[in-house]
This record gives sequence, structure tokens and C-alpha cells, in this order.
Amino acid sequence: MSDHNYLSTHEPSPFDSGIRAQSQTENWTGWNGYLSPRIADTLASEYFAIRSSCSVMDLTPMEKYRITGPDATAFLNRLVTRDLTKLRVGRVAYVVWCNDEGKVIDDGTVFHLAENDYRLCAQHHQLDWLLLSSIGFDVSIQKETHDIAALSVQGPTSFSALSAAGIKGLETLKPFGILNTNVNGFELTVSRTGFTGDLGYELWAERARADDLWNTLFTLKDTGLFDIRLIGLDALEMVRIEAGFIMPGWDFNTAESTIRADHDRSPFELGLDWIVNFDKPYFTGKSALLAEKARPATRRLLKLTLEGNKPPVGSFIFHGKKGKQTGAVMAQTWSPILKRCLALADVDFIDGHPPNDLWAEIYYQKELKWHVKWARCEIVEGQFWSHPRRRATPPMPF
Amino acid sequence: MTESTRAIVIGGGHNGLICATLLAKAGHAVTLLEGRSSIANAPDLEFAPGFFSPGLAHIHTELHPKLRQALNLTSKSTGTKTKTIALDGQGAHIHFYGDKVEGTSVSDVDQAAYASFRKEFLSYAKALTPLLLNRPPRLKNMDRGDQFTLAKLGWSLRFGLGASSMREFLRVGGINIYDVLNELFDNKLVKAAISVDAVMGHHMAPRTPTTVLTYLTRLFAETHSEPSVATKVDSLHRELEASAIAAGVDIKTDAWVEKVIIENDRANGVQLASGQTMLADIVASSADAKNTFLKLAGAANLDAMFVHRISKTRTNGSVARLHLALKDIPSFTNLTTEDLKGRLLIAPDMRYIERAFNPTKYGEHAEQPVLEITIPSLHDATMAPDGQHVMSVNICYAPYHLKQGWDNARDKFTQICIDTLSAYAPNLPSQIIQKELLTPQDIETRFNISGGHWHHGELAIDQSFMMRPIHGTAQYNTPIENLFLCGAAAHPGGGITGLPGWNAARRIIAMTKDKSS
Ligand SMILES: Cc1cc2nc3c(=O)[nH]c(=O)nc-3n(C[C@H](O)[C@H](O)[C@H](O)COP(=O)(O)OP(=O)(O)OC[C@H]3O[C@@H](n4cnc5c(N)ncnc54)[C@H](O)[C@@H]3O)c2cc1C
Repeated sequence: MSDHNYLSTHEPSPFDSGIRAQSQTENWTGWNGYLSPRIADTLASEYFAIRSSCSVMDLTPMEKYRITGPDATAFLNRLVTRDLTKLRVGRVAYVVWCNDEGKVIDDGTVFHLAENDYRLCAQHHQLDWLLLSSIGFDVSIQKETHDIAALSVQGPTSFSALSAAGIKGLETLKPFGILNTNVNGFELTVSRTGFTGDLGYELWAERARADDLWNTLFTLKDTGLFDIRLIGLDALEMVRIEAGFIMPGWDFNTAESTIRADHDRSPFELGLDWIVNFDKPYFTGKSALLAEKARPATRRLLKLTLEGNKPPVGSFIFHGKKGKQTGAVMAQTWSPILKRCLALADVDFIDGHPPNDLWAEIYYQKELKWHVKWARCEIVEGQFWSHPRRRATPPMPF
Repeated sequence: MTESTRAIVIGGGHNGLICATLLAKAGHAVTLLEGRSSIANAPDLEFAPGFFSPGLAHIHTELHPKLRQALNLTSKSTGTKTKTIALDGQGAHIHFYGDKVEGTSVSDVDQAAYASFRKEFLSYAKALTPLLLNRPPRLKNMDRGDQFTLAKLGWSLRFGLGASSMREFLRVGGINIYDVLNELFDNKLVKAAISVDAVMGHHMAPRTPTTVLTYLTRLFAETHSEPSVATKVDSLHRELEASAIAAGVDIKTDAWVEKVIIENDRANGVQLASGQTMLADIVASSADAKNTFLKLAGAANLDAMFVHRISKTRTNGSVARLHLALKDIPSFTNLTTEDLKGRLLIAPDMRYIERAFNPTKYGEHAEQPVLEITIPSLHDATMAPDGQHVMSVNICYAPYHLKQGWDNARDKFTQICIDTLSAYAPNLPSQIIQKELLTPQDIETRFNISGGHWHHGELAIDQSFMMRPIHGTAQYNTPIENLFLCGAAAHPGGGITGLPGWNAARRIIAMTKDKSS
């Protein structure tokens, strides 16, 4: 266990000195008990680092749990909606888990590190739910959030940059693959995963090796060959919406923090049907989800594009222009790469189907004067934006 | 349905037997699996050569007449009716029989109060009939059966009791027996004897809230029968075993069930400890809820919070049992041999009971325990060699988790009980040939009851009715299709009532009918 100080409001990250050295704005926010940059430099430069060169983000605050023991696979398979018996060693899977009522508690990624040895990354603190779920299973669950220093390196040049930094073997690493390697004399785990919808990697090292990891990347930057740029959470918010990834706790209320009836959401309601597998052994929420599946859909978190260039901040969604209110925008952004306004919106369905004419009422200011406009919304299936290089192995060099 | 449904009932206690019999009568092909080596007279009941203990319930009432009818039980009764005698240290014992209480220390006022107390409280207990004789109604998503039960309950409370009785019932229903009895009686021994019925088998003492309710659920049995001492020849289990066999139930003993086989989220059989598997369309378990869900079904087949809630049910028993093999009839000061056929209580006053309870909160046993004594060999000579006798004693309070460990306290606690008895029966120690103390831990191992709990789980208000054993499985069906609960862990709990087994059988029959139609 690390000597993480649980009493302090915001702990500095293991990369603190590196991050501070690059932070131009001192624009910090709290994330899982750590002080994290919202913006290190400017939002635009960070966004374009992700989409056109190579971005680096501190991932340490993400919740991480180590799950080991003879029942590790059975335990995780009962926890999540996806069939994990098919997840081979060295592979990663995106998962969600539900409460008994089939409502989503959180999402994350499962890393199959070795036989009976997994890491579960989560958005929110999960130790209590994991321990509660472990009754009857021979597993050990360790929180290792503070013990692992992690960086997310994302963008079209990330493969070339990391290779140039001395990491070998990336050319054969497939999406959702794990590579254990040694660079500059320390152990490093690399996974081809990320939250941007683009080519990218996540780098995992022991906390004591945080400086080594940081220096490996930023001495390369110093050579001037690669634009390697520290990014904050605001840029990430833009690209994750473009990629269509959801944020539990922001896009919907997580089940175990919901008090009011009906304020939580099931995987179906979040459009995650593709990771709910009924042909596997029992998992928490299965009965409830089977029952839900048999009923017509009552609502969905929809991906919407909107006409115009005003992002629908906090907008309601209406059925018909000035019609009946039928939903609300949960996340939105102007997408520079698509030149479109994008939104994730929680929308009520009619007889199992989305209303056919959706409009957003958007309030915006011009020189501090408020205006309102109506924007027609189109429903988008799949990701708003993706790129073939995300899947190409080996990835394109730059 | 053309082919008969194959049903497996786990456990041959009275509830398992009743459930199996009723399922067989409804046309199911029923196999009952009991882990112990016999239904009625297991060899381990012979605790000393020629001396037999009565099994767990050493005193109980008859089954409800409607249930006896459903089972076609013919014989009038099991056991011999018996009275309760509250022992007094000076020999001024108090005798309870029906609505009469007698004793030199009992005033006329208390006698009259007792008669009206019995009348009033029996009417409250009777008003609960619709609740006890049916599956507990769900409050959400009620079906017609649920609504009917609630309507009947409402009717019987409002019109069965009448306005003023109902008001009084609602007043006392949630409070403790200590306050109620202090309002009604002067005599300490009378109050203590009544309150024993409210607390024995529960992790409760007279001042615990809701002890009026536990008293009423126990008193319910006396709305239709009087208690009798359990014996070997007159065993209810034996009678039920015969009726199960007559109904066509295939009873297998030495058959510990290790696992309920679950495929595609449905129960479809069991696996025995021997490795043998048996398939069935329905599995009804009279094992307690922790055993049924956590061991037999397995956490992997259930939702996480459900498993958590089951694992958190309070199941630690607090009653121990002492069996004594005696050279001859014990002699108690101021009691005749006829009196010894009764149920003797050692609980001098309500504070004594409360004080006996207090240490259990801290993992300690009572230093001055509450004792309930029967001498079954006075009713059934086959329970002991000629002229010799068996004494069976329920002891409150003996916590499941004892701080110092039961192995280190067994002898001391046995001696405490014998010392307590000999204050009333001075020559008892010299009569003892053999003794057997069953702590809650021993009961857990011997009878496979989690915590060795009298009710297979505390019968507190949060673990009762539509929350028994927990909500989500309070109507005998479980989250696992075709798996049912039919023992004391289900509504309305333990004691020899047969109601869980009966209600469960009706639920199973109704649900299988729904499915096949
Ligand atoms: C110390 C003590 C004293 C008591 N005294 C009295 C009393 O005087 N009067 C009274 O009315 N009540 C008394 N009770 C309560 C009463 O005994 C129980 O409430 C009652 O026996 C419950 O009946 P049941 O049929 O539900 O379960 P049980 O009688 O417990 O029967 C369950 C049966 O299932 C079997 N079984 C369990 N698991 C398995 C398995 N996996 N495979 C196969 N078989 C299995 C067990 O061997 C057992 O035979 C007492 C309880 C205790 C603990």
C-alpha cells in the first residue's frame, strides 16, 4: 500500500512536478482525490494534440483494483454484464456492472494480466461494491489506485512517439492488447486502450517509477521530433463525446448513488446492449435486465448532432419544435474535427421508439446578452467520429 | 399437466415433511432428502445408553386444525397436554393452566387480570390468522392473493377484534412485553413466566421492542391447542413421516444435499454429498436461508446485493439445550410427580431474564440462566431405562459466539445450569448419570442450522412477514426459478407450526399450475 494521505482534500499526483512544470494556467480540478489539470495550456492546443499529434494525460486518479485468486474469473464474470470467460490473458475488455435491479453502477476496463490475476479500472470508488460482490468467491481484492502511476498517451503519432521513446513491441500490439516490457531499466505495462476513439496507449508503472515514466516521454519531446503535449480533463471531455464514450455520474446517475426512483439507468437505456450477454452464467442484474428486455424501451441515452454552432449547454430536448419536452442533454460539445455540435441526450421513447422529430432549445450569450434558438437534432448510431488507424496493426508510423 | 412434476424436498424436519406430503397429494412425484440418518428417532438422540433426548422441540402444540385436515392426520393429538409451572425459590410455585393461574402468592386481582389478559391476547393472536396461514402479502405489485390476504387481515383486525381491542392491539403490537405486563400484573413470577414465551428462541429479553409481537406469534398456536411435552412414541415427526409415506413421498435418509443444480438460471435437481445427482422440476428447501442460498444454490447464481442481504441476516442462536440422564425421578421442592410432567420454568422475575440476556450482547453467557425444563420420560417410558429418567432443559441465554470459545466454557456453563436447577431440586446433582450440553454451535453442526437458531434466523420485525427471510424471497419462491423455501427461515418462522411448509406447498402448487396452464 502506498502512504496516500486520505485526509488531504487533494493529493498531488505522482507526476505532480512534471505536470506543474508544464501547467501554464493553474486551472485545477479535483478528480478522485487528486489535483488534476482541467487545462494545462489552452483547450484548443490540447484538443488538437489528441486529434493530430500526441497527447499525454495523467491517469493515476482513475480507480484501480487488483483482483486475484482461484475464483477471480468467476467473480468478475458474475460482476459484469459481459462474458469474461473469453477474455484471454494479455487482453482488455470494456465492461459495465449493475446492481440487482439491472441499473448501472459504473463502467471500466478489465485487464487480464495473468492467470487468476486481473486489474479492474473504474470511474468511481468501487471497493465496497466489489467486496460485497465477493461473498462466496475465493478472491482477494486490493485497491491499487495510488500504487500505480499511469499515463494515457493518445493521438495519431502516439505509436511512433512511444516507439521512438524506446518502447519495443508496439507494432504487434493490437487494440485492447497488453504488453509487458522494460524501458530505460524499469518495468512498464502498456495497453492499447484509451478514451479518445483514436490510436492510443495507456502506460502503467509502479508509483516509484513515475518520474522515469514521465522523463521517458518528455525527454523525447525535448528532441523536438514530436509534439507531445500534456492535456487536461476539458480536452478529454470533447474527444470522448466525439468517440461516443459515456461518463457514469455525468451522463447518467450511477445506481448506488441514486435516491429517487427511476433516476438510475440500465445498460440498455445507455445504449450498451452490445456488452450485455445473456448467454453466460448468472451475473448481478441479469434477471432484471431480462425482464427489461421483454418490455418496450422507455428511454435511451441518444447520440445527437445538432444544426448550427451553438452547443446545447443544459438544453432540454423537445418532441417537435416548441413541442412537448421529452428529454435533456447530458453532455455536449462543439466538435472541431466534425464541425458539428454533438450531444448525448436522455430521451423518452414513445411505444418503444424514439420520437421522430427532436429539437433542442439552446440558450446562449452574445456580449453577455442572452438569446434562445431552436436546433433540429439528428440521431446518430455508433460513434460520432472514429478513424481506421485506431484499429490498424501495426499502426501507421509518422 | 400430463406428466407429474418431479419435486425434491430438502430436509425432513416437520416443515419439509408437510411440504412434501402436500405436494405428493397434489400429484407431484416427491422425493424427500434428509441428511441425518433418520427422520424421527436419529441415533444421536440416544445421548447415553438407553437414554433418549426428545430432539430440538421438547414441548410444542398441535398443528393448526386446517393443516391437520389437509394432511389427513387422524389421531387426535400428539403428546400429553401439560401445564406450565413457574418455580419459586421458596416453593411458592405458580401453576398456569389455560386461562387460570394459581399459587399462594397470586392475588385475586392478578387471577382476574390473567383471565382477561389471556382472552384479549388470544384474540389478538387469532386476528393474525390470515397473515400466518398465507404467504405474506407483497406491498408492491400485489396480486389478487396478496390483496385478499391483506383484506382478510384488515377485516379480522378491525371487525374480528372490534374497535377498542384493535386500538389496544395497535398500541401494544410494537412495544415490549415488559411494559405491557407491568401495566397488567403485580406478581413478579407471573410476569416472568409470560415473558419467557415472548423471548425464548429470540435474541431478545422482555425489554426488547416488539416482544409483544413475538409473544403473539407463539401464542397463536394456543388459539387451537395446548402445549404438550414431546416424546419418542408420540412423536409428531413420526406421525408426519407416516403420512408422507402414505401420500407416496419417497423418503431418503443419510442424504445430505450439497448443491442445488442450477442450469440456465433454473433449479433442476440436486447433488448429494455422495456425489449422486437427482433431477427434478422443483426443489423446495427447508434448510435455512443462508444454507439454501449461500451453500446449496451458491452466490454465483444470485444477484450480489441479494447475497449480501442474506449473508447479513441475523442467525446467531441464543438457546442451548441440556440433556440429563437421571438415576431416578428428580424431586423438586413442593412439586408432585404429576407436576413434573409439566413444563417447569426458572425465571424468578423479568429483570432476572433481562440480566441473563445482557451478557450475550458482549459474547458472554448468562451467569444465572433462564431454564425451561421437561421430563419426557414421565410421559414415555421408552425414553430411559426402567425407573430412570431424562430431563431436557432449554437454556437462555447462550450466545453462538462466546468470547472465550465454547470448548473452554462448556463444563462451566453446564455446571451453572445444574447449580441453578439444584436450587429447586437439591438432590439433582447426585442423580445425574450423564449429561449432554448442546450449544448453538453444536446445534448448527448437528442439525445443519446456521447459527443454531431456533427460528432458522431471528424473528425480529425486520426479518418477519414480507421481509422473511429478506424481501425478494418472502413468498416461498426465490430469485432462482423452481427453487423454493419451505422451512422455518420462511414466513412465519420456527417453532412446531408447520405453517412455512404448508404455505410453501400451496405456493408451489399454484405456481406450477400457472406455468402449465
Ligand atoms: C435449542 C432449541 C430448542 C428448541 N425448542 C423448541 C421447543 O421446545 N418448542 C418448539 O416449538 N420449537 C423449539 N425449537 C424450534 C424448532 O425446533 C424449529 O423451529 C423447528 O424444528 C423448525 O422446523 P423445520 O422443519 O423448519 O426445520 P428443522 O426442524 O431444522 O428441519 C430441517 C431438516 O433439514 C435437514 N437438512 C438441513 N440441511 C440439509 C441438507 N443440506 N441436506 C439434507 N438435509 C438437510 C436437517 O437435518 C433437518 O432435519 C427449538 C430450537 C432450538 C434450536
